[in-house]
Amino acid sequence: MEYSPENERQSFRELLNQANELSTSSLRDEVVSSLYQTSQQICSRTVRFTKSKEDKKTERLDAIFTSPIWGFPIMLIMLGLIFYLTIAGANVPSSMLANFFTWLEDYISMAFFALNSPDWLHGVLVLGLYRGTTWVISVMLPPMAIFFPTFALLESYGYLPRVAFNMDRLFKKVGAHGKQSLTMAMGFGCNAAAVLSTRIIESPRERMLAILTNNFVPCNGRWGTLIVLASLFMAAGFTGGMKTLVSSGVIVGIVIFGIFVTFAVSWVLSKTMLKGVPTHYTLELPPYRRPKFFDTIVRSSLNKSYAVLMRAIKIAAPAGILTWVFANIYIGDTSIFMYGVNFLDPFAQSLGLDGYIMLAFLLGLPANEVVLPILLMGYLSTGSMLEVDNLADLKNIFLDQGWTWLTALNMMLFSLLHYPCGTTLINIYKETKSYKWTFVAFLIPTVIAIGVTFAVAQLVRGMGWV
Amino acid sequence: MTTNEVYRIALAGNPNTGKSTLFNALTGLKQHTGNWAGKTVSLAEGSVHYKKNTYRLIDLPGTYSLYSNSTDEEVARNYIVFEKPHVTLVVLDATSLERNLNLALQVMEMTSNVIVCVNLIDEAKKRGIEIDELKLMRQLGVPVLKISARNKTGFPALLDTIDRMIRGEISTSPYAIQYNDETEGKISQLVPNVKKLVGDRFPSRWIALRLLDGDTSLLDEIQKRMHQEEESTWNTVQKTSGSHLENF
Amino acid sequence: MNLYEGNKGDRIRIKEVAIEGVMRRRLLDLGFVPGAVVDVLKKSPLGDPIAFRVSHTTIALRKEESIKITGELIQDDNE
Repeated sequence: MEYSPENERQSFRELLNQANELSTSSLRDEVVSSLYQTSQQICSRTVRFTKSKEDKKTERLDAIFTSPIWGFPIMLIMLGLIFYLTIAGANVPSSMLANFFTWLEDYISMAFFALNSPDWLHGVLVLGLYRGTTWVISVMLPPMAIFFPTFALLESYGYLPRVAFNMDRLFKKVGAHGKQSLTMAMGFGCNAAAVLSTRIIESPRERMLAILTNNFVPCNGRWGTLIVLASLFMAAGFTGGMKTLVSSGVIVGIVIFGIFVTFAVSWVLSKTMLKGVPTHYTLELPPYRRPKFFDTIVRSSLNKSYAVLMRAIKIAAPAGILTWVFANIYIGDTSIFMYGVNFLDPFAQSLGLDGYIMLAFLLGLPANEVVLPILLMGYLSTGSMLEVDNLADLKNIFLDQGWTWLTALNMMLFSLLHYPCGTTLINIYKETKSYKWTFVAFLIPTVIAIGVTFAVAQLVRGMGWV
Repeated sequence: MTTNEVYRIALAGNPNTGKSTLFNALTGLKQHTGNWAGKTVSLAEGSVHYKKNTYRLIDLPGTYSLYSNSTDEEVARNYIVFEKPHVTLVVLDATSLERNLNLALQVMEMTSNVIVCVNLIDEAKKRGIEIDELKLMRQLGVPVLKISARNKTGFPALLDTIDRMIRGEISTSPYAIQYNDETEGKISQLVPNVKKLVGDRFPSRWIALRLLDGDTSLLDEIQKRMHQEEESTWNTVQKTSGSHLENF
Repeated sequence: MNLYEGNKGDRIRIKEVAIEGVMRRRLLDLGFVPGAVVDVLKKSPLGDPIAFRVSHTTIALRKEESIKITGELIQDDNE
């Protein structure tokens, strides 16, 4: 037979038909059971078992970690411990980095002036690009460098599958997979990384749920905003230890609300858009193994923290430039930034926010870390992003702009619920290979964020609470 | 043998077998993430230098089998069958060898350039599991090595075995599972027709078996790959014959 | 009896896996094959899933699946 594409297709079709005729379901079982029997035979000839204590170790640990009484408290303590380590441990290195970059900026600026470079060039490159990028580095790098290795240690120890085992019942109720608890926990570090980590969920439907709802756990980039606002406005009447307690309480409340939204959205999606797509569930609980500390830490810092940081920088750099340009290019006597603010203000007011906040969220699409600096830049009309060291100063800036506790609360809610950051959206597209699902991942949180803040604002104002 | 050649070594194995630990231990920090033909899943790659050769290690997704029940399984399967790595290392967990062997047997149906690494032997010893690797090697018909990726033991022997397999000093005779008469009858009906289409480029018995198993997407993939292969000019590994298992 | 009905410590020899499709494949891959012996290890704190020991590994299954895997209880005096 002469070769031609048509002939080839024809013979492939014939082969397929022949195979389909011969194939039966009992044959398929036969194939697998032959395979299994062969393994069993070979093993029985080559492997000898003697009694040992090691199995007992895993059993004893499981009796604690998955116990009806201790299972959940231990999980909460572990999660709390990771957060504590991340937030407390990151503070000092973060401010050291920030100081270093500020120190360096002075010299860079001096170099620019010495070279007589035009102001706009200095503005774009130093006040825009450099500040935006270094801000992201100093805010993101230390927490990442603590969070991911800690997580990786728990993973290589074998604890994480137990969390999925404990939590599965709750997730099953809303049509999701227990392993989603792990991708959510990862989301507290970085939603973009968490979207990649949903690969651990094998069945496509549950994986999609985990991807679409991951954004409702606040990532590292949003913790800062939440913490600052909670301590400034929610715990305003308290001092000392009580203040910390109240603001922590508010943050925990926000996180719990985010988890509630996760469950609600998962449930709705599994009854609507993701209905009927088949489910399969198995979960392996590997034996506990003492992790190689150093290897694990180096590896996860290099792989995860570095990768996330590089992506963030790639996005923060253009955002820094764009923000500077917006703030410094004037049409008439109004900057593009202010046009944006004025345009967004009426809509933002109905959500209990203002035009500056809304524009900061929009310009902050690339990375949640830059939302607060952009907002301050706008309020102080400085033309470049900046950080305010003193919290009291910060509060005065906000109060001068007419902020109330409602503004703070709704900004926290909007931050929690709004669309995923640019990096996360890119990863969602990479994982789903679908514009539709990427758009859905953008749309659902956006609609919820607008709906919730609108409702809260109307309720609070209607009741005359502010 | 020529020097400074680059050889591709694929790592296959169940999840939680320490496959990635082995990959990391061998490649150190010389890693990057590469995209492969499927382009939906990216695989980690890293390199090892040994005796003037470079081994490019490809960390396939950890899977329980290679029957294409999931994207990961399909990616791993496609890599082994279509990208034809020079050697496929199957990493097994010594503490659950029975289940892990399933995967090794499946890989051995796909290619004969297989080395079996029994990992976590330290763990197995603690639990009172003894594995007779010489017997296992004779049973399977491919090299079997005990290693502990965590403690980096058994690596010299492993690298040496890879080296010798690449140089054609080891020839294998992978254990072929015998199915019942009915199935074997159907396989032999299909094999000639498969051969007619794909020649010796892909393992025909395995393809026949997958087709009988109802894996219909495989043929589309084969058609696609055959056209790709005509366009590109890569070197497939030259199988050498003559020497026997006793050689190693 | 089915696997879901097993109590902690029970050993069950599988007779039938009444599940179709990909999930069946996955279960067979993991060692839930007719003839295999499964130990019932423990329930999750919320009652579901249940962890089983099969071919020297621990696998958790949800009620939906474990209820469809049937077998017989083995009297085991060794342990």
